[in-house]
Amino acid sequence: MATAVHLLTPEEAGAHPTPESIVVRFAGDSGDGMQLTGGQFTLATALAGNDLATFPDFPAEIRAPQGTTFGVSAFQINFGSTDIETAGDAPDVLIAMNPAALKVNVSDLKPGGLVIVDSGEFNARALAKAGYDGNPLEDDALARWQVLSFNISQLTLESVKPFGLGNKEALRCKNMWTLGLALWMFDRDRGAIVDWLRAKFAKMPELAEANIAALNAGHAYGETAELAGPIKQHSIAAAPAEPGLYRTVTGAEAISIGLVAGAQLASLPMFFGGYPITPASAILHHLARYKEYGVITFQAEDEIAAIASAIGASFAGSLGVTSSSGPGIALKGEAMGLAIMTELPLVIINSQRGGPSTGLPTKTEQSDLYQAVYGRNGDAPMPVLAARSPADAFDCAIEAVRIATQYMTPVMLLTDGYIANAAEPWRVPDMAGYQPFPARFRAEPAGEDGVRPYDRDRNLALDWIKPGTPGLMHRIGGIEKRDGTGNLDYSPDNHQHMTNVRRDKVLGVAAGTPEQEVTLGERGAKLAVVGWGSTFGPIHQAVRRARRRGLDVAHVHVRHIWPLPRNLGDLLRSFDSIVVPEMNTGQFKTLLRDQYLVDAKPLTKVSGQPFKIAEIEAAIAEALAGHPGGNLAADDTQLPGKDSDYDDGRRAEALSPQSR
Amino acid sequence: MNDMTKLTAKDFATDQEVRWCPGCGDYAVLKAVQRTLPEIGARPENTVFVSGIGCSSRFPYYMETYGFHTIHGRAPAVATGVKLANPQLDVWIITGDGDALSIGGNHTLHVLRRNLDCQILLFNNEIYGLTKGQYSPTSREGTRSPSTPFGSVDRPANACAFALGSGARFVARGIDVHKNLPDVLKAAHAHRGAAFVEIYQNCVVYNDDVFASFTDKARAPTAQLWLRHGEPLLFAGGTRGLALDVGTLGLKVAEVAEGDWQAAGVLRHDVRNRTLAHLLAEMPFGDFPMALGTLYDDPAPTFDSALLEQNAAVAAGKKPDLQALVSRGQSWMVEKQPRVE
Repeated sequence: MATAVHLLTPEEAGAHPTPESIVVRFAGDSGDGMQLTGGQFTLATALAGNDLATFPDFPAEIRAPQGTTFGVSAFQINFGSTDIETAGDAPDVLIAMNPAALKVNVSDLKPGGLVIVDSGEFNARALAKAGYDGNPLEDDALARWQVLSFNISQLTLESVKPFGLGNKEALRCKNMWTLGLALWMFDRDRGAIVDWLRAKFAKMPELAEANIAALNAGHAYGETAELAGPIKQHSIAAAPAEPGLYRTVTGAEAISIGLVAGAQLASLPMFFGGYPITPASAILHHLARYKEYGVITFQAEDEIAAIASAIGASFAGSLGVTSSSGPGIALKGEAMGLAIMTELPLVIINSQRGGPSTGLPTKTEQSDLYQAVYGRNGDAPMPVLAARSPADAFDCAIEAVRIATQYMTPVMLLTDGYIANAAEPWRVPDMAGYQPFPARFRAEPAGEDGVRPYDRDRNLALDWIKPGTPGLMHRIGGIEKRDGTGNLDYSPDNHQHMTNVRRDKVLGVAAGTPEQEVTLGERGAKLAVVGWGSTFGPIHQAVRRARRRGLDVAHVHVRHIWPLPRNLGDLLRSFDSIVVPEMNTGQFKTLLRDQYLVDAKPLTKVSGQPFKIAEIEAAIAEALAGHPGGNLAADDTQLPGKDSDYDDGRRAEALSPQSR
Repeated sequence: MNDMTKLTAKDFATDQEVRWCPGCGDYAVLKAVQRTLPEIGARPENTVFVSGIGCSSRFPYYMETYGFHTIHGRAPAVATGVKLANPQLDVWIITGDGDALSIGGNHTLHVLRRNLDCQILLFNNEIYGLTKGQYSPTSREGTRSPSTPFGSVDRPANACAFALGSGARFVARGIDVHKNLPDVLKAAHAHRGAAFVEIYQNCVVYNDDVFASFTDKARAPTAQLWLRHGEPLLFAGGTRGLALDVGTLGLKVAEVAEGDWQAAGVLRHDVRNRTLAHLLAEMPFGDFPMALGTLYDDPAPTFDSALLEQNAAVAAGKKPDLQALVSRGQSWMVEKQPRVE
């Protein structure tokens, strides 16, 4: 564990002449290791005590043809000395490893921003592949920005010469050289990355040392080269933070350990059935390692088997969990109905992506809300939660387990591609502060009137009776059952009764969840910006900025999507107007209107790009001027850009054998 | 009921009214299973029947054990979760030709490939009964049904060949009303791993007598060949047998004179011979008899034991520690409250 001690006084913190936050984007070929570079830069930045948010953006193709614009992979990080909740709008610094990366990303850069390029990659062939007529380093194509170009390829080759690597292997150290330079620019410590490289290449020490040499060479280059240009060392002050132990966490990891923690708090072994799908697979990967916590992971033959096996495990007394993204969630729909009908606990994670159908596999969207709340045959109510950030996903996962086991119901937790992949600093929670909620199993033998598996407690929850318990043999299934006895029963009055009970049980969850708070601002404000899920960051920052300008606006962010918090209707009615920003065509807006008859206006964006702070800020001003809501067009200055990697299928088919 | 009591078939029957059509072959299979369980020492509380959807999948409601009537085709997947969550349970999957080979074909393939320790009873009546008589994936070419009024044109699946092709380590066949069915079930239960049993089951309403060509009492001796490990492949009262046709690498029917099957080149059954099992499963009925009993029985490590052993080995010596789990990775300490906004 590294230790960074921050003893900033208010004077010191305020005295910094440097900007409060900086946005850096690393871009290169999908084989250049940009995600790795970005990830390690993130770690070093967190260790330096900055708050941060990241936006990894990688192509749908595993290895798109080298040097092409649609094979460009980028990683953006926003870090600084204030609370950072978004990956930032336009970058201040772009590091482009080849002409294609430059071409795709440079227009996003702030005017006057800094471009660093590897001139060694700007040969005629690479330029042609990227669609450049001339060499932008030699003409005035980059006149709007400050440009630093040097032959990173050559410098890397020289730095790793002593290790006798082949040319190809040696060039693969380029990303570490670049990382070294970036670490120098922002005054970051290399120690953690050196440790990481030694651990990663433990079996190939010469490769570890070559990468470390490249890292050091990049750092030294920044320190010693006589650079006449604009490169200078930035020092970003540490962000104010509550004292405690911190780490960085991605949404996928937070959900994984949250599920493990939830199962432990419920005193249950956990069974996870999953099937690979972008961007949900990372949860399966994480959980596959936690054997000592009583976690069984099962990579099923398909999405249906993944949920069906989890239901079987719940029947047998484990906490069943499954996870997917929109298309897979659609396949699981019938089985969700089975879990609702048999009243078994189950947690379903949906890492949403752009849809419908295959849609935008690697891009983020919030368009599965209807599917989560309404998307099953029959009257099939199910609690739905939504995580607002990577760190928040931890508590949401625990909450999902609590509701599932206390109410004997499937629960869906919504996250999205952005939350799953993005990292943020997280204050490590004190697990002793979490109240356990041990699951109860019925064990006492049946009385004179039989097992009665459909008797209910005060939450309307069934007893959990697991196979292996003597004297309590019984049968469950998807066919309608008589309340109490559990016998097959199609009679009209019974189906009405059971439909009502299933509805009331789920609605009753609201009695045990906190009332909705105003996240920022006051109840009764002129305008409420009501959000859910990963729009938290941009909404929060936009509302904060608007309030600093004296505007009467509040931010309400909802975690419990179904049932909604019991006071939400009253709260919403206290505002003069309501705008609901979401990355879909207005799904939560519909739910709010339906439940409360309030005039919620949609503010929508469906371009696979998260909201920008500036966009929401502008929408707030518009709303207060009497024009609430609207649709935000795609923005070419934002990640992911228009050329970055859209997958229209044809390109992939023609060019990439690995694509699906 | 206590542990010292010897259980009987009655102890495995529920108080539920059985709702199959009068004369349905499912009644006979239910009786055979209820008779078999006490004989193999099954405990009701440790026994779980998991079914999909279809006439046969109502089966769990009539068994005084734990039961789960799931959704169409998915019983093997649900059963996989049950078994992995509690490997002490004795898991039986009840399915039909449509459930296991059409909508659930994928799960049947994978539960066999993985070799989950369970018994799979596939009630094959070559028809969709519950949905009123459409042809099924095992219906023979030309089957007239509401959905194929002029006769079906697609070729049927062979359940046992499918199972062998999926990597099954135990494959057997039985007939609903045949006295040997309990023995087939016992062999399936004795096999550790996925045991696949195809049961020819007569649907009196939509496909009556579809198997009569080999189940009729009069035809049985010449039409049925009951397989016994180590014994010659004889039928028709020992007057005919199966021999190897070297020219086609297939089987041929050999006439046996005066009981000298060896002279006729008749093969001995070997339940561990996978090639022979394939030949027996795929023999075209008519030219050949119907091979019944255990076609193949060659145990291999089971999925559940392999997975759980690996988990235990990885977890060995490690203690679950939630605080350590959340603190994983590279972390840093912020030691003092910094400036206040």
